[in-house]
Amino acid sequence: MAPSQLLSLTGVSKEFPGVKALNNVHFDLHQGEVHALVGENGAGKSTLMKILSGIYKKDSGEIIYQGNPVNVSSPNEAQKLGISIIHQELNLMPHLTVAQNIFIGREDRRRGRVFLNDAKLNKAATQLLSELDLNLNPKELVGELTIARQQMVEIAKAVSYRGSVIIMDEPTSSLTPAETESLFKIIRSLKANGKGVIYISHRLGELSQISDRITVIRDGEYVKTVNTPETTISEIISLMVGREVDQDQRPEAHRLSDEVILKVEGISDQNLLQDVSFDLRKGEILGFAGLMGAGRTELARALIGAEPKTAGKIYLRGKEIKIKNPSDAVSAGIGYLSEDRKRYGLLLIQNITFNVILSSIPNFSSKFGFLKTKSAGAIVRDVITKLRIRTPSELQFVKNLSGGNQQKVVIAKWLTRNCDILIFDEPTRGIDVGAKDEIYKLLTKLSEDGKSIIMISSELPEILRMSDRIAVMCEGKLTGIIENKDADQNIIMEYATKFRD
Amino acid sequence: MSEILSAAEGSSDSGSKIAAFVRREIGRVLALGSLVVIFAFFTIMRPVFASWANVSGGILMSTTVIGLLAIGITFVIITGGIDLSIGTSTAVVAVIVGKTVMDFHLNMWNGIILGIFIGGVLGCINGVLITALKLPPFIATLATMKASQGLALIISDMKPVLFTSDVKGWDSIAQGNIIPNIPNAVLILFIGAIIAAIILNKTVIGRYAFAIGSNSAATKLSGVKVERWLIVIYGICGLYVGMAAVVLTSRLGSAQPDLGLGYELEAIAAVIIGGTSLLGGKGTISGTIIGALIMSVLINGLRILELQQEWQYVVVGVVIVIAVWGDNVRRRRSGEAS
Repeated sequence: MAPSQLLSLTGVSKEFPGVKALNNVHFDLHQGEVHALVGENGAGKSTLMKILSGIYKKDSGEIIYQGNPVNVSSPNEAQKLGISIIHQELNLMPHLTVAQNIFIGREDRRRGRVFLNDAKLNKAATQLLSELDLNLNPKELVGELTIARQQMVEIAKAVSYRGSVIIMDEPTSSLTPAETESLFKIIRSLKANGKGVIYISHRLGELSQISDRITVIRDGEYVKTVNTPETTISEIISLMVGREVDQDQRPEAHRLSDEVILKVEGISDQNLLQDVSFDLRKGEILGFAGLMGAGRTELARALIGAEPKTAGKIYLRGKEIKIKNPSDAVSAGIGYLSEDRKRYGLLLIQNITFNVILSSIPNFSSKFGFLKTKSAGAIVRDVITKLRIRTPSELQFVKNLSGGNQQKVVIAKWLTRNCDILIFDEPTRGIDVGAKDEIYKLLTKLSEDGKSIIMISSELPEILRMSDRIAVMCEGKLTGIIENKDADQNIIMEYATKFRD
Repeated sequence: MSEILSAAEGSSDSGSKIAAFVRREIGRVLALGSLVVIFAFFTIMRPVFASWANVSGGILMSTTVIGLLAIGITFVIITGGIDLSIGTSTAVVAVIVGKTVMDFHLNMWNGIILGIFIGGVLGCINGVLITALKLPPFIATLATMKASQGLALIISDMKPVLFTSDVKGWDSIAQGNIIPNIPNAVLILFIGAIIAAIILNKTVIGRYAFAIGSNSAATKLSGVKVERWLIVIYGICGLYVGMAAVVLTSRLGSAQPDLGLGYELEAIAAVIIGGTSLLGGKGTISGTIIGALIMSVLINGLRILELQQEWQYVVVGVVIVIAVWGDNVRRRRSGEAS
C-alpha cells in the first residue's frame, strides 16, 4: 500500500531585502512518516518551516495539503489546517500553568459565556499528558520548569491540536538522552497514528534512529532527498557543505610567533560551556567554528566578563588575570566585536568620532571631565584613513554607514584603545561580498602588526581562508583544535557534530 | 520513562506543592502582615486610631476613590502596560456627568450609568491608540492624560460643576448607609473588588491579561487576538475610572475639573505595594486593595500622630521602596521567574 501524500511543497522561493533565502525548494511528507530537514546555519530550513506554518508568506511556489492547494496566510490558518509547529525558541507564557499554556486561545467557552472552567482545562491537560506519557503537573507554572520540561509542554501543545502535520525545530536541543528517548516514543506513536512529522535537527546521529527520509538544503537551494536507511552520516555532511572551497584562499604562510599571549583554562558556565581550554599565540588568527548554539558566543562573553563563569582561569602573557566585567577585559587589552554590531557594538545615532573614542574616553578628557574634541578629531581622521572607512567626515552618523564601514568603526574603537587581543564574533555578517574582502585584508594586516585575533564564524570558507588554527566547538565543549593545513570543511563539520573523539 | 523524568526533576508530591503555594502567595501574606503591623503600631500610639469612626469614616472612606482607580489599573499593569490618564480622566468623567445630568435633568441611576459608560469609552480610546497606532502605553496615556486635563477645564468652564443638589440621592451614593455604619462608598469599593477578582481569575479576559503580560508574542502566535483583548482591558480600567468619578463627586458634592492629577501615581503605588509586577504577567486584586489600605493607614495614622503632611508623603515614598525591594529580594531568593 503506497503511503498517501500528506503535504507537498514545490518551487517555493522567498526573498528578503538583499538575500534570497529560498530558491525553488521542494519538500514532501507522507502520512505516518518522519521526514528530517537538515542544512547548515542560514541554509533556509527555518524560513521554509515558517512559510509552512503561516508566519512568512512565500514569494512563489505551491503548497498542496491533503490533495488540495492551500495558502497558509497566518499561524491561525496553519492551525486550522492541522499544521502545528514547535519552535526552537520556546513560545510559552511563564506566568501561566502548563494546562493554561497548552490550551491558550482554545479555552472552553460556550457561546455567550465568558467564564473559564479551569477544572475542565486541567482534566483535559492531565489526559493529554498521560496519553503522551509525560510526567508534568498541569497546575505547575511554566516559568518554574526547567527548559527541558518547557520543551515537553511545547510538544504537548503541538500534539493537542490533533493536526496531521507536526513540525519540530530542534526539539532535542535541551534534552538529555533519556528525555530524547521519551520524545522519540511520542514521535513513534504519532507515526503509528498516521501523522506526519517534519524533524529539524543538527544532531545527525539522531536522524538514523527516528527519521525515514532526510532532505538536505544548502544556501537556500534544494540539494537532495535520501532514504535514511540507505545513507551514511558522512554522506549527509558532504551534501550539507558541498561548496567548492577555493584552495588558493588560505592564509599565506607567515612566521608565527610561538609566544602564547592568552591562555584559557577550564572555562565553564551555568548553562552551556564545559571545561573549555585553549591558547592564543601572538599574531595568530584562531578561528572558532561550530554550529549555532555550540557555545562560541557564550565563550567569548564569558572571556570578557559579560556573563558569569562558574569555573576557569585566564592567563595574559603568563600571568593570571581576573575578569569579572567587560571593563576588566578592556583594561587587559581585550576587545570584543559582537555578532550583533548594531545592538552591542555601536551607538547608531551618534557620529563616528563618538563611537571610536567611546572605549578610550579617559584618554580624551581633561582632569575636570571636559572632552578634548579637537585632538580626538585628528586621531579619528587618522584611523579612518588607515582603515579606509568610506565617509564624508568623522562627524557622519554611524547609522548612515554601510555594514562594512560600520564594522570598521567598531574595529577602530578597539584599535584606539590599543587592544592587543581582538575577539571577532561573525565579523562579516550582513556585509556584502566586496566589503568582506576588505575586512579580511584588514584582519590579516592586524595579525601581521602583532595583534592576536579570535575569529568566531559560521561560514566555513571564511574560517578556512583566515585562520592559522581552527578550534571547533560542539554543545559547549571544545571538540578539537587543528592546524589550517590539516583542515577542510568536512573535517570541521565532523568535529562540529561530535563524531570524532 | 516517566519515572526517569520525575526523578530527574524532583517529584511533584504534596510537600513541595504546599511549599510552592506558600512561595507564590508569600508576597500577599507579607503585605497583609505589614498592614496589620502598621495598624497595630498606630493603635498603640493613639487608641482612637482604631475606633470605628476613624476606620470607616477616615481610613476606608479615603481609600475609596484611589482604590477603585487602583483596581482598574491592576488589569492594565498585568498586561505589562500602564495608564497614566486615570487621574485626569476621573475629572473629565465627573465634569461630563455633572453637566449632562444638570442639562438633561437625569436621575441618579442614569447619572451613574453615564459615568461608568464615559469612563469605559475613554479607556477604550487608550486601547485603540495603543493597538492601532502602536503607541507605547506610557506615551499614549500620557497624551490622553494631558488632553483630559484640558478637556475637564474646557467642559466645566474652569469652575466646579455644582449639580449634586439637583439630583436626588446623589449624595447618598457615597455617603449613604445601605448597610448601617458602613458608608456606601466603602461598599462600592468592596463590590468592585469582588467583581474585578472574578473577572481576573475566572474569565477569559483575565486569562488573556496574564498571558499577554507574560509573553504577548507567544500569545499572539497561539491565535489569540491580542489587540482586541487589550482594548477590552483598557476599557475595563476605564469603567472603574467612571465609577471612581461618580463616588468622588458624591463625596465632594460637586465635579471639580482640576482634581485628579496625581491620583494615577497613588493608584500605581497601591498596585505595586500590593505585589503586582510592573513587568506584567502576575498580580492580584486583593494585593492592590491591601496596597491601597497600607497607604491610607499610613497617611491617616501619621495625621493622627500630627506629623506634618509633607513628611507623610516622604513616608509613602519610603514604603514603596521597601515594598518593591523586599519583593525583589524575596523573588531572587526563591529563584522565581521574574
